[in-house]
Amino acid sequence: MVIYGVALLAGCMLAGLIIGDVLGQLLGIDANLGGVGIAMLLLIFVTGYLKDRGRLPETTESGINFWNAMYIPIVVAMAASQNVAAAFSGGMVAILAGVLSVVLGLALVPVLTGKKTDDASPLEPTPTAPSGH
Amino acid sequence: MNDSIVSLVDKYHLIAAFAVIGLTMYVAYWLSRHLTAGRLHGSAIAIFIGLVLAYIGGVSTGGSKGLSDVTLFSGLGLMGGGMLRDLAIIATAYGVRFQEIKKAGLRGLIALFLGVLVSFVAGAAVAVGFGYTDPVDITTIAAGAVTYIVGPVTGATLGASSEVIALSIAAGLVKSILTMIATPMTAKLIGLDNPRSAMIFGGLIGTTSGVAAGLAATDARLVPYGAMTATFYTGLGILLAPTVLFLAVRAVF
Repeated sequence: MVIYGVALLAGCMLAGLIIGDVLGQLLGIDANLGGVGIAMLLLIFVTGYLKDRGRLPETTESGINFWNAMYIPIVVAMAASQNVAAAFSGGMVAILAGVLSVVLGLALVPVLTGKKTDDASPLEPTPTAPSGH
Repeated sequence: MNDSIVSLVDKYHLIAAFAVIGLTMYVAYWLSRHLTAGRLHGSAIAIFIGLVLAYIGGVSTGGSKGLSDVTLFSGLGLMGGGMLRDLAIIATAYGVRFQEIKKAGLRGLIALFLGVLVSFVAGAAVAVGFGYTDPVDITTIAAGAVTYIVGPVTGATLGASSEVIALSIAAGLVKSILTMIATPMTAKLIGLDNPRSAMIFGGLIGTTSGVAAGLAATDARLVPYGAMTATFYTGLGILLAPTVLFLAVRAVF
């Protein structure tokens, strides 16, 4: 059933967020430390385990794939609810600080990526990306 | 008649948001195909339209949630809010091979620490350049250049003034919005076309909404890798900025 996939996704998310919360508390910070990332790892492991045993029927998969395909529309809705006006009204200090951190961050990507090796080879081009293009 | 339509749309706000975003996507992909011959990604155009609408919404209502402060579009706040966004980000991990993540794991971790440090130093340098001398002010603005969550959390911890905290939020917002726009434009230049560089990118830039939208506009298949590291960034920033980094700033100034 489709709901099994959605529930699996929701379960991974809740478990990841709980672990992230506990990690944050252990370090004494008022924030969730990587809960979403931990949930992603959980989803990879759990679905991998189920798939190997043939326990992940197509209908269950479609419950996860629906939310995967909704990713870009959700991000567009997120963009439309950003406080863009405040970003522009913060003055030159805010704009320069933001711009400089992005420029330096982007510039460091090729430095840290290093030489192209087999594990850093581009994804093969596909006419239709999996996320519903 | 008009009133009843407005109140109906307001009542079914999430459904209205699905329709509005669907229409936006359609327009964006149409523009991509017919005006740019597919050179500019449809999702990049859609995100840009979203940001423009957010600006218009923010200016016309004076609110802080972009277009979703307009009653008719209030569902956008739920659809694009943290809950559904994180659920969709996690769903993108489905089908990712753990091997890819493991191979870039160490570089991703280095990128995380370096990313927080570089953004903080950039923010601090700008603050000092504009004449701020109080270590609390410098640290708060610098933390804002990490993300717009790290800034106010750090400012509140250190007891910064509300103007400085507002400034740090604005710096973080500029970073997030610029990342959404600049990532698809510079992706080729910085080699952002494989899982490894996507993980490093996520660690270096870190601001979740910026990374999420920037990678979506570049190549949706890179999203899980970038999101994986970026999700640790804000937590790391909140851990480092009010503690080690503040002490370092105070030692210098």
